Order: sequence, then C-alpha cells, then structure tokens
Amino acid sequence: MRRYQTPAKRKTGYRLLPAALFLLLATAAGCSEEQSSPTPTLKWYIFDEPSGAFADAAADCSENSGGRYRIDLVPLPTDADQQREQLVRRLAARDSDIDIVGMDVIWTAEFAEAGWILPWPEKMAAEATSGRLDSAIASASYDDRLQAAPFTTNTQLLWYRTDRIDSVPTTWEELLKTAESLGDQGTVQVQGARYEGLTVFFNSLLSSAGGDILKNHEMVLDEDATREALAILQSIARSPAAPASLATSREDQSRLAFEAGDSTFMINYTFVWPSARENAPEIAENMGWARWPAVSEDRPSRVTIGGINLGVAAYSDHSDLAFAAASCLSSEANQRLAAHKGGLPPTITALYHDEEVQKTFPFADVLLETLKDGSQRPQTPLYNDVSMAISHTLHPLRAIEPQEDIDTLRREIERALHSEGLL
Amino acid sequence: MKLSSLSQQKLGWLLCTPALVAMIAVTAYPIVYACYLSLFRYDLRFPDKRAFTGIDNYLSVLSSTVWWEALLNTVIITAVSVSMELLLGMGFALIMHRAIIGRRLVRSAVLVPYGIITVVAALIWKFAFLPDTGFVGNLTGIDIAWFSQRWSAFIIIILTEIWKTTPFMALLLLAGLTLVPENLLRAARVDGAGPWQRFTLITLPIMKQTIAVALLFRTLDAFRIFDTVFVQTRGAQNTESVSIVGYHALISRLNLGLGSAVSILIFLCVLFIAAAYIKGFDIAGALTGKEKP
Repeated sequence: MRRYQTPAKRKTGYRLLPAALFLLLATAAGCSEEQSSPTPTLKWYIFDEPSGAFADAAADCSENSGGRYRIDLVPLPTDADQQREQLVRRLAARDSDIDIVGMDVIWTAEFAEAGWILPWPEKMAAEATSGRLDSAIASASYDDRLQAAPFTTNTQLLWYRTDRIDSVPTTWEELLKTAESLGDQGTVQVQGARYEGLTVFFNSLLSSAGGDILKNHEMVLDEDATREALAILQSIARSPAAPASLATSREDQSRLAFEAGDSTFMINYTFVWPSARENAPEIAENMGWARWPAVSEDRPSRVTIGGINLGVAAYSDHSDLAFAAASCLSSEANQRLAAHKGGLPPTITALYHDEEVQKTFPFADVLLETLKDGSQRPQTPLYNDVSMAISHTLHPLRAIEPQEDIDTLRREIERALHSEGLL
Repeated sequence: MKLSSLSQQKLGWLLCTPALVAMIAVTAYPIVYACYLSLFRYDLRFPDKRAFTGIDNYLSVLSSTVWWEALLNTVIITAVSVSMELLLGMGFALIMHRAIIGRRLVRSAVLVPYGIITVVAALIWKFAFLPDTGFVGNLTGIDIAWFSQRWSAFIIIILTEIWKTTPFMALLLLAGLTLVPENLLRAARVDGAGPWQRFTLITLPIMKQTIAVALLFRTLDAFRIFDTVFVQTRGAQNTESVSIVGYHALISRLNLGLGSAVSILIFLCVLFIAAAYIKGFDIAGALTGKEKP
C-alpha cells in the first residue's frame, strides 16, 4: 500500500490521489477477503468474565476446530441490563457481527420471539442437551424448541453461621423463629430492593408454594400459593430479624453485610463463598450452606435458576460454524474450566461429582439437588415488563397486604403482558 | 440571472436555503417522524405486530405514575439547579467583571468546570461520594451511602449540575454586565445610590433580557437532564428524569411507539417552558433581534 501512496503524493500532487485511494481500498478489500476465506472469525459476545475462563475456552475451541473457525471474544459489561441493551440494539439493527451470544436465561423468550437467535438444529440438540440439567434445558427452550446451548447455571442457597445455630431451619417459618431468638445477631440477609432480584425472590417463594406466575403465556398466579408467598414476604419484612436496609438490599449488599459478621442467615448465590473466603476468612470458617427454606414442611423448595446459555445470532454469516463452536464452548471440558477457574456452576450433572468441581463448590451436592428442582422465571418475551410490574408492586416488602396485593399483582402483570404503559 | 436582479427578500431566502435544508433534515424531519411513530404500537422486537393505535400511547404515558414521578423529579432538579446557578453565576459574573488583578486567571478558573465533559463531571462527583472510595465521607465524617437514598442522591445530582453549568450562566451574565454603561452607574453614585440600589435599580433592569435568555437556555438544558442521572444512579431510588424514562422505553425496551410519545411530550414541555419565559419576561425581541415598537 505504501508503495503506491507515497510516490503519488510526492510527484504528481493531488491528481493521482483518487487513483491511489481506489487502489488502497481495493487492496484493503482484498486483504479482508483473503483473511476471512480460510478461517472465518466468529464473534462471541458475552459478559466480561474476569478469570479468563471464557477466553481460554474460545482459544481451545478455535484450536480444536482444525482451522474451520476462530472464536473472538467480545466482552460485554458485567451488568446484565447493560449487556442486554448493547446486544438488543445491535440485533434489532440486524448486525451480522454477532455470531454467538452469551444469553442470560431471562432473554431466551425475548430473543427467540424476536427472531434474533436461531433455534437449535434438531440433529445437534442431542449433543447440547445430553447429561444437562432439566431446569437448565428448560431455561434455554422456548416454544418447545431448544433455542440455545445450556452453558452455566446458578441458584441461591441458604447460607448460615455454623457457630451460632445447632440445627438448620428448613422452612421460612422456622428460619424466622430461629433468627428472632438470636436477637441482634439474628439478621436474615435477603434481597428486597426494587429490582429484578425481588421478582426472583417472589418467584422462588411462589414456586415453592406450588404456584406459577405464567403458564403457556397466560397469567396463573394461583390464589392460595400467591397468598402464601406474599404472607411470607410480609412476615420477613416485618420481622425484627429483617435487615435495616432491606428496601435497598441487593445480592452484593447482602454479601457485604454477611461478611461484616452481624448476620446469621443469608439467601444468596454461590459467588458469596469465594468472596467470603477471600474477604472474611474468619467468617468463611463458620459458614454453612443448606437448601433454600421451604414454604411448608411437606414440599421441598423450588428455587429460581439463573445462568448463561449460548445462542446463535440470526444475522450471523456463519451460523453453521457458530452452532458447532457454541457446542464446543459448552462442552464438558469447557464447563469444567468455567466452574474451576471462573466459579460458574456447570449445567452438566456429572460434573457435580467431579473432584475438581467439588473442590471449587464444596456445596456441590446441595447445589445439584436445588438445581434439579429449579424453577423458571416467567418465560415470556415481555419478561422485563412483567418483572418490573412485580417488583414495583411488591416494593417495599413491609407494605405488603397479601389479600389486596394478589389483585394488584394480577392487574399489573396483565398490563405488562399487553405491553401497556411505561415502566 | 444576476444576483442583483433578485429582490432583496428572495436573495435572503436563497442564502438561507442551505441552513434551512440542514434544519429540516436534522430537526424537523426527526420531530415529525417521532410524532408519526408515537401513534403506533411499534415494538422493534416484534415488528410484525405494528399497528396504528391513535393516541393510545399518550394516554398510556399520561396515566402512568412513572411519567408523573419523573416529571416531578425533573422539575425539582431543574428549579433548584437553575435558581442556584443564577445566584452563583451572577456572583461569578460580578467577580469576573470587577476583577482588577489577574482578570484572565479569574475568568479561566471560573470556566474550568464548563470545559469538562458532563459524563466525566458526573463520574468525578460519583466517585467523590461513594462510601468506599470517595473522599467526601472521610473529609466530612458523614458516612452514608449517598446514592442509596432518594434525597441524598438528588443533592449530588443537583450539585453536579450546578458545579458543571454555573460557568455557562456566569459567562452569559458577564456579557449582560458589559451592557451596563459605567457613566450611568457613576451618575447614580453621585446622586447617592448605594451599591445595592445601583445593582437592583440600574444593573438588573438593564440586564433583564440577558438574564431571561440565560435562564431560558439553562432551564431547557436542565429539563432534558440525562447524563448526570444516568451515570450516577441510572434512575434508581426514584431519581428518574423524563429523559431517562424516554431512554428506557426507546433503548431498553425498543418500544418505538411509547418512547416516541414520551419524546414528544418532553418536546411539548420544552415548548411550554420556552413560551412561558418569552411571555413572562417579554423577551421576544431579544431572541428575534427585532426591537419592540
């Protein structure tokens, strides 16, 4: 390129400039074509994972593809809302730059309905789902079709202080009673801020009580189960064991409060374990885990699951390769890597018995039990709207009146399902 | 055709054409298109379900508590920050006007915050007030999570706005101050008018139009506040401004119909504010350049 440009400028001034520019463009176009024809580059959009486990997986799969493709990692922000915002803007504009999308479980329905991701090909579905947790497969499915490859999952456990209690409470009622008997130290850290986490909390309680928010796109909200779930939320909020900052408490605030040592119980995701070991080793020493409390003795709790599934973008130029690459990225080896290095619970059941994984998650057995009974968040393309309707109605938890709020919830969710109004 | 054969007026229009075309392309067209979109149910996620719904979107926005809360928030932020900016800006303008030594230095120093990009300014204030990394907690001994409560988050948002745009106000007012004839002030002094009387009876009335224009600019600007809120709270703790509401509808939910309705309503609010200022201060002349008869 330089050979053409420099003499043109020096000798004949600007007369040759258009010709030089043309040549430059032509060579540039030639270059990119040359580059892309032997090994197509697949862009993998996923949240910025700090440990580098995703980058390793991408490098690994690129190498093992035998020159069929190369995966480039495009990191998205860590905040789920911001990830979605960036993806959605590109997908709505039919950006072909996205090949593989790391999708939060709550986007499956929205992305599938909008036609932004391709349904998983039938012949490849077996590979993507074999040995995977049912709840994880359900989170990646919509309209009875697999839309993405289950990759990582997550759920909440009950964390407690082994040095303060003798037996672990199994129901919410028991939990609150135990906590209240401990006085100032009894605080139960839960998430009560007005955000999506509140919807998750409500969903877990409702599922544990045997109810559903939606079924087949229609609102259910079973009368008895909903009342039971709301009554528990109310009693938590009005209990002296509720944290003072309940109304603004999210996962991270709960974690920090628990690490400060004044709380005995906490409902939270598994990230609190490595965090406590690093930030508050003396508390981690006395940190126990148990299954999320049940609503009633006779029915085990069903807790909302999270996680990341890998979808193939509809506007990708290499969708066939992208399916192959996504299968590789979500394979057993890479799930082990993500678990071990990044602390992300796998969707492959067998891995929970893997020695290495058990070292990362000493609570692997409880986690697996919980995940097996995992519950889904409402699977609707309007999840965002529905979630806002729920969290806005239930916030602040102190003000919940079970009987009245059933009606409010029904009205607000119905509005959200018709995408009416601002949120 | 020679230019001189054109009538003066036609020539005027001809010369205006490029600017007019640009204005239509970048201002008029988007506004009209937003108006059009606001009459549809149109979600970019489900483009097939697009349907004409008339004024449904507007009814939906106006019947929502989110809109009215955001409007109230915006009005609070606008009213408090603009009035504080006027007072401080006037103070700075007087200092810049009267400074005898280091005039240049004073003027540059006052203008520094205005030269900082809003997002950066918002981040500076955010970091300063964060409980773990900020210096404010250490300095004042007030150890609270400023962004986790509505009133404290508001205080910081408003302080950021004031810090950032007072220089702009001061600059406009300084221009107004130079309009006040020195002779008039000296004459008043001879007649026994004190500094306060000279300021309120001579300076302020002469500056009235400048003040009105400065207020108008800042009010319109403050009413559309977005970046500071977005950076500092993202609208949490009920600190959403109307622009944030519009952003959520348009960008997060890709609901073009509803979002356009919000945009048009913001536009109407802005028009109303502008009209109210022009009527209230009687400054139509100052803006169009025509003297009143």
